Amino acid sequence: MILDIFAYGTFFLATALTYAIVCLGLNLQWGQTGLFNVGVAGFVAIGAYTSALLTTPATPGRFGGYGLPIAVGWILAIVVAAAASWCVGKITLRLRADYLAITTFGVAVVIQLVALNAEPLTGGPFGIGFIPRPFASLAEQVALYDVLHLLLVAAVLAAVYLVLERLAGSPWGRVLGAIREDEEAAVSLGKDANGFRLQAFVLGGAIMGLAGAIQAHFIGFIAPENYLPALTFQVWAMLIIGGSGNNRGAILGAILVWGLWSFSGAAIGSLVPADFQARAATLRIVVVGLALVSILLWRPRGLLPE
Amino acid sequence: MNLQFVADGLAMGAMIGLGAIGLTLTYSILRFANFVHGEFIAWGAYTGLVVANGLIVLSPKSGSFGPFSFGWALLIGLFAAMLCGVALALLVDKFAFKQLRMQSNTIVLVIASFGLSLALRSLLEFFVTSQPAYYSRDIQMAVPLGLGVRVTPDQLLVLALAAGLLVVVHVILTRTHAGRAMRAFSENPLLAEVAGIDGAAVVRMTWALGGALAAASGVMLGITVQIRPTMGFDMLLPLFAAAILGGIGSVPGAVMGGLIIGLAEAGGVQLFGGSYRAAVAFLILIAVLLVRPNGLFGRRP
Repeated sequence: MILDIFAYGTFFLATALTYAIVCLGLNLQWGQTGLFNVGVAGFVAIGAYTSALLTTPATPGRFGGYGLPIAVGWILAIVVAAAASWCVGKITLRLRADYLAITTFGVAVVIQLVALNAEPLTGGPFGIGFIPRPFASLAEQVALYDVLHLLLVAAVLAAVYLVLERLAGSPWGRVLGAIREDEEAAVSLGKDANGFRLQAFVLGGAIMGLAGAIQAHFIGFIAPENYLPALTFQVWAMLIIGGSGNNRGAILGAILVWGLWSFSGAAIGSLVPADFQARAATLRIVVVGLALVSILLWRPRGLLPE
Repeated sequence: MNLQFVADGLAMGAMIGLGAIGLTLTYSILRFANFVHGEFIAWGAYTGLVVANGLIVLSPKSGSFGPFSFGWALLIGLFAAMLCGVALALLVDKFAFKQLRMQSNTIVLVIASFGLSLALRSLLEFFVTSQPAYYSRDIQMAVPLGLGVRVTPDQLLVLALAAGLLVVVHVILTRTHAGRAMRAFSENPLLAEVAGIDGAAVVRMTWALGGALAAASGVMLGITVQIRPTMGFDMLLPLFAAAILGGIGSVPGAVMGGLIIGLAEAGGVQLFGGSYRAAVAFLILIAVLLVRPNGLFGRRP
């Protein structure tokens, strides 16, 4: 029994901390720079699919399958997600702020379409399996494997957190804050506002891609339905509830919202009759949505304000 | 390539245009990109379904008009759907956006609208399940129009209905006091309030008009395609693309944008198959943002 709780706890935390990495990427884009990305799920998917395609064993009829080492997959996931963010940012960041929202929304929709339909590239609706897992030789000892994985995710999260904290305190981070608060003043001091915005957007997208890759290699299987708009919404709820602009808030929000999500799932699983569960599962989004709207109304700066 | 895509594209484009009018109005008057707009479409379509089915159960002999697949029941359903669209839009504004408008910046409104749209869609899916539904299960014969083009009577009716609604919208916006107030407010809210225009009334009118048109386009989509909880979400990208292509704030632009998107989608489906339909709107959106970000009829910001 205690072992069960321990196993569930490590699995829960590992997932929550992966979300926390995504949330840190979003915090750089939104919290620190004021860029509104509605396509978070798309950038996470890019990272997951890139790494999965490069590291899986060869599969007939599908692109990729080069069996590359996991670390190479993660690095290329970062690179491809950054490149995609650069293209999106380059087109939209010079326009009015909510065009970025609409375009990133479109990016997520198109990536979902490609993941579903481009079977030779993405495996189509069945997704990609046999994604190699770090510490695979220990997969027999489930508890040990989960703990090692949790430590790995925590280490990546800590590294991302430390880098972002350093950046936030650096002259670069202060320029971002200045652009967010008063763009005209920053520009009049000779700062290239769009250049700084693009850098923040690309770095944030790269972090989301990394998190997608980590998650894909933890579960060992990915499919298009992992990257629906609900994912974007969860990450946004995490950031706003935790406190946007505050990296510790982003991590706290990720753990709390993932907890709420898992708890409402478990509650539905035990309280609702079996043939009604698929319908009731849609209510989880409503629960998180209500939590988000109430935070926006009653504590708009989140639990740990900037 | 035959001309069939023109007929299909115009019918689809008319529905996109109707939806995009509300989007472009909320965008220019309330000044934020409203993701809830798609849910007015879906909730409208289901209201139409519930009311029409209820009426058919009450009087099974109501039948259908001549060559069309529906009768009085669905026309009353359409009316009920538009009322539901108005009510939903006003409720959403009263309980969420009104307070947020007072205390925060535009982008928080966009986030809230994104969250609300997901919550409304999940709630709808909870009530009606994710199975597709239809107003009528009869198969309609398409009538040849010449040049290899075939249309169903329903498609023609949808086009006529959309044209009728457009005339009504045009009259409201150009000939009534409320419409003129809306246009003045979208040009310059401060100046409009100084001139004695009631800002709160303009906001309510904008939501009501947008909600009613979106719900009507939802019923028309239900007549010509099918009814699903995600139908509004699937329309969002075409709607945004149409509103931006036409130029934010321009009602004729939104209609024109809708028709262009509809035609391009139908052409794309004929050439490349239906799997990538949604990507067409995205490509047009990107092209407009690159080449002419103010759209066809848009003012310079």
